[in-house]
Amino acid sequence: MLSPAFILLLSALYMGALFAVARFGDARADAGRSIISANVYALSLAVYCTSWTFYGSVGRATSGGLSFLTIYLGPTLMLLFVGVIVKMIRISKAQRITSIADFIASRYGKSQLLAGLVTIIAVIGVVPYIALQLKAVAASLDVLFEGSGASLDGVLDSTFIIAAFLALFTILFGTRHLDATERHEGMVAAIAFESVVKLIAFIAVGLFVTYSMFNGFADIFERAKAAPALARLLQLDATRAGTWSALILLSGLAILLLPRQFQIIVVENVDETHLRRAVWLFPLYLVLINIFVLPLALGGMLHFGSQAANPDTFVLTLPLARGAEGLALLVFLGGLSAATGMVIVETIALSTMVCNDLVMPWLLRSRWLGVAERRDLSGLLLGIRRAAIVLILLLGYIYFRAAGEAYALVGIGLISFAAVAQFAPAMFGGMYWKQGTRAGAIAGLLGGFSVWLYTLLLPSFARSGWVDSSFVVDGLFGIEALRAQALFGLRGLDEISHALWWSLLVNIGLYVGVSLNSRPDAVEAGQAERFVDIYRHGAVDADQRLWRGSATPDELVGMLERFLGPQRAHQQLAAFASAHGVPDWRKLPADAAFVRFAEGQLSGAIGSASARVMVASVAREENIGLEEVLDILDEATQVRAYSRELEIKSRELEAATTELREANDRLRELDRMKDDFVSTVTHELRTPLTSIRALSEMLFDDPEMALDDRSRFLGIIVNEAERLTRLINQILDMAKLESGRAEWTSSEVDLGEVVREAMDSVGQLFREKGVALAGDFPAALPLVLADRDRLMQVTINLLSNAVKFVPGGSGQVDVRVGVRDGCVRVEVADNGPGLTAEECSLVFEKFRQGGNTLTGKPQGTGLGLPISKQIVEYFGGNLWVESTPGKGAKFIFTVPLPAPEA
Amino acid sequence: MTKRILIVDDEPNIVISLEFLMKKEGFEVAIANDGEDALAKVASFNPDLMLLDVMMPRKSGYEVCEALRSDPSRGGLLIVMLTAKGRDTEVAKGLALGADAYVTKPFSTKDLVAKVKEMLAL
Repeated sequence: MLSPAFILLLSALYMGALFAVARFGDARADAGRSIISANVYALSLAVYCTSWTFYGSVGRATSGGLSFLTIYLGPTLMLLFVGVIVKMIRISKAQRITSIADFIASRYGKSQLLAGLVTIIAVIGVVPYIALQLKAVAASLDVLFEGSGASLDGVLDSTFIIAAFLALFTILFGTRHLDATERHEGMVAAIAFESVVKLIAFIAVGLFVTYSMFNGFADIFERAKAAPALARLLQLDATRAGTWSALILLSGLAILLLPRQFQIIVVENVDETHLRRAVWLFPLYLVLINIFVLPLALGGMLHFGSQAANPDTFVLTLPLARGAEGLALLVFLGGLSAATGMVIVETIALSTMVCNDLVMPWLLRSRWLGVAERRDLSGLLLGIRRAAIVLILLLGYIYFRAAGEAYALVGIGLISFAAVAQFAPAMFGGMYWKQGTRAGAIAGLLGGFSVWLYTLLLPSFARSGWVDSSFVVDGLFGIEALRAQALFGLRGLDEISHALWWSLLVNIGLYVGVSLNSRPDAVEAGQAERFVDIYRHGAVDADQRLWRGSATPDELVGMLERFLGPQRAHQQLAAFASAHGVPDWRKLPADAAFVRFAEGQLSGAIGSASARVMVASVAREENIGLEEVLDILDEATQVRAYSRELEIKSRELEAATTELREANDRLRELDRMKDDFVSTVTHELRTPLTSIRALSEMLFDDPEMALDDRSRFLGIIVNEAERLTRLINQILDMAKLESGRAEWTSSEVDLGEVVREAMDSVGQLFREKGVALAGDFPAALPLVLADRDRLMQVTINLLSNAVKFVPGGSGQVDVRVGVRDGCVRVEVADNGPGLTAEECSLVFEKFRQGGNTLTGKPQGTGLGLPISKQIVEYFGGNLWVESTPGKGAKFIFTVPLPAPEA
Repeated sequence: MTKRILIVDDEPNIVISLEFLMKKEGFEVAIANDGEDALAKVASFNPDLMLLDVMMPRKSGYEVCEALRSDPSRGGLLIVMLTAKGRDTEVAKGLALGADAYVTKPFSTKDLVAKVKEMLAL
């Protein structure tokens, strides 16, 4: 039963669960085991999807058709610029940035004025947006209570309770302690959790309406087409292309520049690589949460027809209309998630900005509270932040109460987007353009903000009837050119595009124009260098030389104790000291590094602008002139160039070493091959020598040996001695060929004649074994330029190999000479046992002989073919074998014809 | 009782000389031309000692030696590695695989005969 008490209890329980998630995240962070993974980071980005998405998208779809999608296309496109976001994160970590105001102020010389200005714009732009969230929660409660017939009137203001609860929650997790990095892991975990809840809730109601109330997507779209009022929503309206692109630009900027988005994407980022996941996971999330928007809008309009149901609450009223109270409750929790997530992060971000950039500078300057003399300011700082949180939520609540159903609330989402879009020129200009100055940034922001105020916020007030609308209708002071929504006669645009166009034009124009006509001071020039060239400023040497002055360690320590609290200050000091090799932080020298550390720590607590003022107050700084700063930076650039040169040199050296090592390896390999060769040669020489020695010793020892044995042994000795001689000759020949010391003669050779002669000289061998030898020659062959004797040697080697392997009696060897592909080609084909594929390459290696090992060792030295191959290759030809086992072998060599004379 | 010697080598002329040498000394001799043949002959001929060449087709002397040494029933068989490869690593490998002696080619016939007799304790 949906009684008010039950719903409030459920809300409280849900907030309790959030609380537990956050507590867990904080505990894990304290234990050093962060639960912030890439997925959690990506999900926390979905804090972008507020209740304005959750309830409002359906509402927008009922009036604007597909245009609601632009709000999600912008962020998706923006995330493609990963490099920009990584640079923002890198700068923020290096500079200990705590908020978007801090970022912009820090870039332009840690300007308190700029920090305050950004903060004010953010608060004015965003407080109504917070009010919108409270309204959404209130509206959803109304729908639920109406469904149960109960009423809250006069009992309790539930919105106020929600706001108070949110303030409490935000205080508990946003201001637990002052941190140098201003990160809140528990909060991020809770936000990621809420993102999951709202996604599940929205998809659940989408599925319910699409598949339970209707028969799927097709059914809804078919029925919508039938109704002329609805069919219009399904068509893309080309005349609205300008609006679409304005909305895409606006939402693309908002995903980075809204204070809460900057907080989540940049400040809360623990690991740059998480961004790579977010780049696709977050757009996927947006796709999922938008799938059912159109079906819900059409379904609601079809179901309720002309009844005056508020399309913004279709997601609740549709399930309630079917009595699905459980689902309605889930949807309520989803909407609550969307609203609370946004409010919590936005409030934390804004309170940090208000505290660091508005209140602290003022407190530090005025002697009113005696702040400058207080010992420990950390408690005061936390107090200020908590007060700021309460104040911001209170402002949101008041705005919500005051605005009620007025137009100013409904359209505020985009109006907020347009306000923070004003940060874009100072922000991106500051990251990529060193010439951008503080004066330019202030002028641009003021100009853009004024235009925004005049063309967007005030007209929305006028429409709510809070201010006189004459400036919209007739122009300010009755001047037509100043009509708020048609400035200088610019018509035909919707109000958002119109305001965006004029405000950014004025903003960018002033920023660039004033920047070019103003000079930065020393601090600013230094910061510009550090921001734009963040990737080159890994080292801090230049940073340290950019500070010159004197301070005592006591003053610095005292200052840290005051702002961080003694305990935390001592912790950080001890860590800094041990990182610098100093055992006791009390003995730290007050040098530039220490001062910079102190300023960094303070920046985390009170923002860079205030920190700068505080450090300047205790350290008697010498003013370094702009010229000097530029000199030092220039010198740093030179040092960098020099170190880059060194780097190149050392890389070259490394390459040379690698080459040497490779050459050495090759030499060693050659040495090993030579060693193997010598070992093999030794083996080959020793084998015949063994028979010769053994047999001759036996002959010598036994004069009585039978005559038969005697002559048999002597025959063997003669044969083996011949084999030894042949072997030695071939080894010497091979060695000569390989070392390039062989003597070559070169003359015009008729290869056909050479082959014929070779066949004649081995004819006897063939006849003895009964092997047929046939030749096939063309009538005339072109001459080649080569060594006649060497080619004869090759041919004889091939022929004697062939006769060795063919069977006696039935053997057949065919020789063919011809011309092909610019070469004279000699083929010696036999009908012997053939070679396996492996043997085909093996036979050309030294001492590796082919032949059937079953029938014993073939005759020969194992050097004939390697030598022949070397000879043929010397003349630019080739020697190879084509064979299949059992089908004979065909050895082929080629000698190229001389190049035709030109 | 005459001792039996198995000569294993793929080089016919070396086989001829070794066969003649050992027969003259009164041993009973059998011949094998490659590694597998050697293992078969060990089974059929049951020699007391074998002269084993290393570089042979179809199973090297090392492999034959290893196979025989893993057979406990052949524990008493004496193996003399006979090879033209004389590098220290090869000698060490042969002895490590269980050869009883390692003789480098070309060898002195007198020394070889003396060594064989000594090993057979004659």
